Amino acid sequence: MVERRATLGLLAHAVMILGMLIVAFPLYLAFVASTHTAQEIVQAPMPLLPGSHFWDNYSAALTGHGGGAGSNAPVGRMMWVSLVTALVIAFGKIAVSLLSAFALVYFRFPFRNLFFWAIFVTLMLPVEVRILPTYKVISDLGMLNSYAGLTIPLIASATATFLFRQFFLTVPEELVEAARIDGAGPMRFFWDILLPLSKTSIAALFVIQFIYGWNQYLWPLLATTSEDMYPVVVGIKRMIAGGDSGNEWNIVMATAIMAMIPPAIVVIFMQRWFVKGLVDTEK
Amino acid sequence: MASITLKDVVKRYGTGPKANPVIHGVSAEISDHEFIVIVGPSGCGKSTLLRMVAGLEEISGGTISIGGRVVNDVEPSERDIAMVFQNYALYPHMSVFDNMAYGLKIAKVPIDEIKTRVDKAAKILELGPYLQRKPRELSGGQRQRVAMGRAIVRQPQVFLFDEPLSNLDAKLRAQTRLEIQKLHAELGVTSLFVTHDQVEAMTLAQRMIVMNAGRMEQIGTPDEVYHRPATTFVASFIGSPPMNLITGQADGSRFVAAGQTLALPSAAPRAGEMILGLRPEHAELSRNGAAGWPLKVEALEMLGAERLVYGRVGETLFTVRLDATLVPPKVGDLVTLTTTPEHLHWFDAATTKRV
Amino acid sequence: MEKRVRFNSAWLPWVLLTPQVLIIAVFFFWPAAQAVLQSMQVQDSFGLSTEWAGLENFKTLFGDSAYLESFKTTAIFSILVAVLGIALSLMLAVFADRVIKGALAYRTMLIVPYAVAPAVAGVLWVFMFSPSIGVVTYGLAKFFGFEWNHLLNSTHAMSLIVAAAVWKQISYNFLFFVAGLQSIPKSLIEAAAIDGARPWRRFWSIQFPLLTPTTFFLLVINMVYAFFDTFAIIDATTSGGPGRDTVIMVYKVYQDGVKGGDIGSSAAQSVVLMLIVVALTVLQFRYVEKKVNY
Repeated sequence: MVERRATLGLLAHAVMILGMLIVAFPLYLAFVASTHTAQEIVQAPMPLLPGSHFWDNYSAALTGHGGGAGSNAPVGRMMWVSLVTALVIAFGKIAVSLLSAFALVYFRFPFRNLFFWAIFVTLMLPVEVRILPTYKVISDLGMLNSYAGLTIPLIASATATFLFRQFFLTVPEELVEAARIDGAGPMRFFWDILLPLSKTSIAALFVIQFIYGWNQYLWPLLATTSEDMYPVVVGIKRMIAGGDSGNEWNIVMATAIMAMIPPAIVVIFMQRWFVKGLVDTEK
Repeated sequence: MASITLKDVVKRYGTGPKANPVIHGVSAEISDHEFIVIVGPSGCGKSTLLRMVAGLEEISGGTISIGGRVVNDVEPSERDIAMVFQNYALYPHMSVFDNMAYGLKIAKVPIDEIKTRVDKAAKILELGPYLQRKPRELSGGQRQRVAMGRAIVRQPQVFLFDEPLSNLDAKLRAQTRLEIQKLHAELGVTSLFVTHDQVEAMTLAQRMIVMNAGRMEQIGTPDEVYHRPATTFVASFIGSPPMNLITGQADGSRFVAAGQTLALPSAAPRAGEMILGLRPEHAELSRNGAAGWPLKVEALEMLGAERLVYGRVGETLFTVRLDATLVPPKVGDLVTLTTTPEHLHWFDAATTKRV
Repeated sequence: MEKRVRFNSAWLPWVLLTPQVLIIAVFFFWPAAQAVLQSMQVQDSFGLSTEWAGLENFKTLFGDSAYLESFKTTAIFSILVAVLGIALSLMLAVFADRVIKGALAYRTMLIVPYAVAPAVAGVLWVFMFSPSIGVVTYGLAKFFGFEWNHLLNSTHAMSLIVAAAVWKQISYNFLFFVAGLQSIPKSLIEAAAIDGARPWRRFWSIQFPLLTPTTFFLLVINMVYAFFDTFAIIDATTSGGPGRDTVIMVYKVYQDGVKGGDIGSSAAQSVVLMLIVVALTVLQFRYVEKKVNY
């Protein structure tokens, strides 16, 4: 920045490193715990360096042979459920929202404002506020314990529509006019021109929605009752039901690590688009 | 036949009693192959008029015909026109080639034909080496040429230009102006060119339409518009420095303006309140005392090949252009301004129209 | 919306809107309306008959000390989470702004908690602070003689959920602050430096004021986050305990509705939450929209 004082630079690095340590500590600890046996962990203090049981623990977790007092559902299956849920929510929301935002911005039709406000309202109320009635709807439609039940209600909020709308409003008008003169109809314009230009927003929204979908807790808790439809974040909580000594903490931590990997991969690899898109569009 | 006919064209924003008319009935006949420039200050409605011809704005009244066909309700892509935008409007994610080919692709023109046309346009505009580049890798001038290329390949009946040179720097503007002239000489497509710059208008137009506040003040060749302006607006808008205009009472060979009585080299066309116009280059200055109008010099601008003398006749500011070979007066001098009869322009003071 | 180029089609916009409209009609408006309806009804314990109760449920609610407690708990919790979260991230962002070497590494590391599910974050923190086997519990006892037990002590419990919630939110706030700082023209800061202002002063007189829109925006976002997204954290760590001391409002909705079967009360609570969130969002929208045209 402006000053070149060494002390300030050092302080900055020190603060950053401290911040990083605080952020990383729980994660590091979880990893260490996932490589020891349950007994080693339960004897306080647990070791602070990784142990040798990496493969044992992870394979036990994946296949559901944990043996702890809490739930022993196979993590492999739960990861799959989480993955499908997250992907369906992400793609579903993006697709639906692209179409609605396009309709709202580029067409004139009666009640347009009404629809805009109706969609805007959904931004304000997260699913937690309407859990019981939504549960009843799903139940009535026979969608309990299904991927549809896990995902479709979560596509109902219009965050993506709103963000795409904001973005579309920044596309220069002349592009639309030039396309009109070139003979492009609305869908052609949408496909050939608008979509390619929206790549960054779509990437950012994909990250946000994937993580949103992956992290869903309360809704799946209600919408599924059978173990083989639990997403991994619900499953992991059920694993610690056995009390401190009854839980197989090493398995739990192995599950935690595995549960964090897909979202972390998505965030780290799409970091550039995601950060730009998140900040630009959320404002 | 690519003629354009504008008949009583009107544009209103809004409807009913609150409607805001921005174009008040413009009529003009433009023949095939003509290069017409629509020129006027910001907000005069020239772009709106162009966009109505393009089909990007709705026509509130009157008719517009292209090639003999009334196109009021015809979609832009069906009007057989092409447009060059001020901001180029290039598709940022497509290459130069794809930008130019897009319209043809939609019209389902066969690929070989597309390639032939694009290559030909690229050759004319010297865009050959850039065909695979994206717009953001090009300079402003190059982007403008791509925009023109996009218009050329469609082989339309009419070219529409919406202030295409405004975003270019001065040198590039001059260069591109010549290129557009060359293009028209080669292709001969009927063209409507909108600009606020009267130099562009004078250099490019075969005929020009001068617009002000939604009305067409004059349509004519650059010569006609310059030497026989139809209104005081046209007189002061075209020509730089602008024509000197002085309001007063005319009576035979005398003109009374702001308390001063000026002798006229010829009788005024009629008596009464008139506006007298005189172009700066049509005035001569001589030592005080000669018969003419007294001018008190207030400022001088030395421009190399010529000099501009700013002074007052009575209270009215006058500009006189002197050749650099003549000895200029000094600031504060009282000199005499003379001119010849054919250089006087007379306008009715009430209607501002030429008399 | 300003004058815009539009396409002319009578039927296409309807087709495009249908998927979204259908989904929000069935899964948003219908349940939301149901929640409002149910909040004004009372069901008997078998769920066989429902009676219209008007605002009875609400009256009962506001007379119920457990509910008012949860109100208080939620308020304390969200304010702590918002303020701590914003303060810490702001500090990190300011220092990150100065660092050039390793900036990407720091940033990547700081973003990772965003990827951690609240439920998982809860599990991690409850593991660290487990009264019997937690590493931090052990460290606190050994080095500070401090007995940590969030199962018995409500302050400990509240601290635990606040810590876990803030830990998770740091990334999000951090990203916004970094962007906000970067949007402040460097020339302003340089002018201040020339005027003799030292870094600390520059921060308070220039950067902080210019970050007000960002801060306000994040304040509202963090509060909404604290209201809702922290459900999983609480469920994983304290389950609302000890007793009811960490029951925040959304948790109570779940407890009363799903576990307790009291539909009317739960629905009424949902409606109250809806109103609070709407108020917050409207406030934010108005204020931020105004300030953003700065």
